[in-house]
Amino acid sequence: MAGNPTQRKSDVLNAHVRAEIDDWLSRYPQDQRQSAVLGALRAVQHEHGHLTTELMDAVADYIGMPEIAVYEVASFYSMFELEPVGRHTISVCTNVSCMLRGADQILAHLEQRLGIRLGETTPDGRFFLKREEECLAACCGAPMMQVDHVYYEHLTPEKVDEILDSLE
Amino acid sequence: MSEDLVNIEVDGIPLKAKKGTMLIRVTDEAGIRIPRFCYHDKLSVAANCRMCLVEVEKAPKPMPACATPVAEGMRVWTRSPKALAAQKATMEFLLINHPLDCPVCDQGGECELQDVSMGYGEGISRYSEAKRAVKDKDIGPLIATEMTRCIHCTRCVRFGEEIAGLRELGATGRGEFMEIGTFVEKSVTSELSGNVIDLCPVGALTAKPSRFTYRAWELVQHASVAPHDGVGSNIHLHTYNGRVMRVVPRHNEAVNETWISDRDRFSYTGLGAADRLTAPMIREGDQWVTTDWETALTRVVEGLRGQPAEACGALLSPQASVEELYLAQQWLRGLGVRNLDHRLRQSDFSDQDRAPLFPYLGDALEALEQTRACLLVGSEIRKDQPLAGHRLRKAALGGARVMAINPRQVPFNFPVAETVSADPRGMVLALAGVARAALERAGRTAPEGFKALLQAARTDETVRAMAQALAEGEGARVLLGVQAHAHPHFALLRALAGLVCETTGATLGYLPDGGNGAGAWLAGAVAHRGPAGESLDAAGQTPDQWLQPGLKGCLLLNVEPDMDCEDPARVMKALGSAAFVAALTPFAGEALKRVAHVLLPVATFAETSGTYVNVEGRWQSVAGAAQPPGETRPAWKVLRVLGNMSGLEGFEYLSSEEVRDALKDRLRAAGVEGFDTVYRHDGASLAVPEASRGLQRIGAVGPYGVDSLVRRAAPLQATQDAGAHALARIHPRQARSLGLEEGDQVEVRQEGLSARLPLALDEAIPEGCLWLPVGVAATRHLGRSHGAVELNKV
Ligand code: SF4
Ligand code: FES
Ligand code: FES
Repeated sequence: MAGNPTQRKSDVLNAHVRAEIDDWLSRYPQDQRQSAVLGALRAVQHEHGHLTTELMDAVADYIGMPEIAVYEVASFYSMFELEPVGRHTISVCTNVSCMLRGADQILAHLEQRLGIRLGETTPDGRFFLKREEECLAACCGAPMMQVDHVYYEHLTPEKVDEILDSLE
Repeated sequence: MSEDLVNIEVDGIPLKAKKGTMLIRVTDEAGIRIPRFCYHDKLSVAANCRMCLVEVEKAPKPMPACATPVAEGMRVWTRSPKALAAQKATMEFLLINHPLDCPVCDQGGECELQDVSMGYGEGISRYSEAKRAVKDKDIGPLIATEMTRCIHCTRCVRFGEEIAGLRELGATGRGEFMEIGTFVEKSVTSELSGNVIDLCPVGALTAKPSRFTYRAWELVQHASVAPHDGVGSNIHLHTYNGRVMRVVPRHNEAVNETWISDRDRFSYTGLGAADRLTAPMIREGDQWVTTDWETALTRVVEGLRGQPAEACGALLSPQASVEELYLAQQWLRGLGVRNLDHRLRQSDFSDQDRAPLFPYLGDALEALEQTRACLLVGSEIRKDQPLAGHRLRKAALGGARVMAINPRQVPFNFPVAETVSADPRGMVLALAGVARAALERAGRTAPEGFKALLQAARTDETVRAMAQALAEGEGARVLLGVQAHAHPHFALLRALAGLVCETTGATLGYLPDGGNGAGAWLAGAVAHRGPAGESLDAAGQTPDQWLQPGLKGCLLLNVEPDMDCEDPARVMKALGSAAFVAALTPFAGEALKRVAHVLLPVATFAETSGTYVNVEGRWQSVAGAAQPPGETRPAWKVLRVLGNMSGLEGFEYLSSEEVRDALKDRLRAAGVEGFDTVYRHDGASLAVPEASRGLQRIGAVGPYGVDSLVRRAAPLQATQDAGAHALARIHPRQARSLGLEEGDQVEVRQEGLSARLPLALDEAIPEGCLWLPVGVAATRHLGRSHGAVELNKV
């Protein structure tokens, strides 16, 4: 009610993101617009790198759901980042199969090589080491990690170095 | 019917229940206690705490009683070894992360977790690892949080979504990291927010104003009724050493169900305000001196007697009890004072003779839930009468068409159909449009007196849709709200609403302000009618007529003239020039000290017995609970003594019950049996309001400005609602044309008077209008709540 209501919170979403959200919306019944929230958040994160409160409010406004309900979803799923993170997201699986096949060493190597701890981003903003990733359903290739959208399996420290070197 | 019933057996006891009912409901009704945390009668089933696990025959695992529908032949054991083992295991899990420091927790002694762990917990904890800790959230001045104690039952979350209609709290994060909160720094703003304090089974959400000031077992519980709105919510006052420490709901399904508004819950915090009057005071020259009752009362009797009765008047609070109002009018009329009224904020009295004997809701509060179409006229029901609003919300969620004709677009917490927001004249023409459309639908012509109005009426899709909904909706009703009563053309709104109802078959209802706004009519607290609506030998004048220069004497009963009245500037001026003004008041406010000559300290609702008649016509009598401070006396006793001292007959009452019964006898004697709100127009010609020029003042009293007690309740004054109500509001386009911006400090001029306050841009305000709050310090020096104003940047 207060403020300048001629401006809407969803104004910060650009045309591209809107088109993508509209596409998600079109897949669900009219009265279940909130079903599109996952797709919408993914589109927004892809565009902006991470989800700020402002962006989440924009999604809530655009879809027409309570803001807190968007925060709930965004904070529940580990693929949503609520803080600024590095360009490349590295997720090392540390669940049972990978653990038995040496995931801990892989992780230790990554931390050492990048000079950061789990959950941190390198000072140059290049890599983000995601906290505690559980089984990514690639047990037969354990130990494994996911970098951005790509799976790398049968890892060794040397292989990890190669992969990192190949990234911008 | 009978095929719906199934036979089940719980702990060997055969029970009958409606098929599909959740087991816990059936056992609750049968008095079989199953432990629970997340389940609540009035909320949806979440089944997330697992405390209610019971053994069900043929089920491989224990089942949650709150989410297990009963079926024919079901056999259940609530205390079998299997059930108990499951309950104990759940308890152990819940206690893993819960702090075990009940001695320093505010909830201690009335905590569901504590109670249940007494029954199902172990004396020793097997868990010796670190417990999780959660940062507390600041969610505003009413609710304190201690989130480490939260057991994630989500009652508070479901309450927000399902009852308050405002999803503010949520569960963010997951697993070990799940937290209940608002996620962002934010106050919870629902007018019903305090109810989560009662709902929270642990000490995670507690009452900020009262926590750590008592232990639950030290409190004495008194049944009472909240006087701040016409619902008359049933409450319990909890006292310690005669002081009210807190207020909680008292269950009454027909009135407030199990909820109360924040206003009713926290108004008690004003009881001990710094300006509480504790002894009678009289003015000697420019000095206020404390005196004894004898002297003060003599002053009052002589002071009023010393003035010509026809030049005297009285303003009586619509919060006052029936007994107080009845005795006040009895005494004043005995003295020959005929100008007395409780309609403090009303400005149009032109049709008062056509008002019903008892202008009430026209139905039971519960019936609001059944309505299929409801037109609100000048009503922000959600903030004015929160629990009546809640009933309407239920109707709307069930598909009812709720419509509104209001001065501004108010945010509803439920889906609404057609709404109109317009200036005072526009509201009249919109309602006229509904009437006209209704007549057209019914194929009827305009009755005598309405022709001109209907001619000028608004004709568009909106008003036609409103008429249609009212004509077709079952249990349809038109409700005249607080702002309709204060409207400059209240008479036109009433006549048109009456015509709409007559034509569509809808019921007319009144939702006036004050806890006794409807009841005051029965007690005879209006200028033109006596108790029980009896006609008078000579009617008094209405407040707009007698609150003028030339006023000689005045009595104020719990009224702060600069805050509680229409046109405070005129009222203060009239009182200021009067030779004698006496006030019966709990508080010695600045305005009273300026105009009064005698101040008599009287008890608030919490400190004396009395009866309030709510908007559905329910008489609710309560006993005093708290110790009135100092020399304070119940107002009804003071009025009785004043009657005696004035040498009048019939002031021998020994108890407030006797006063109430005397009024009831009058009603019986007058042959009043039941009431209706049917409006009968007498053919008088109704004129079209003139179009206004320039910027129009509109506005109303906010939820936390309604009476002297609420205005002194500091926690309520610190809420966002109170803050939002301290601003002048204008449409952004209008602001731009005046070169004004959000947050500007502006000066409002009205007929030679002026006020300064900050400006908010608000699309909810119709263009051409300036919304000014009423009942707040910033506007108390201004005049009428309507009419032309000028606006300048400071
Ligand atoms: S704060 Fe209280 S009501 Fe809300 S989820 Fe936690 S324990 Fe339940
Ligand atoms: S355990 Fe690592 S992918 Fe399954
Ligand atoms: S009360 Fe049944 S699961 Fe919580």
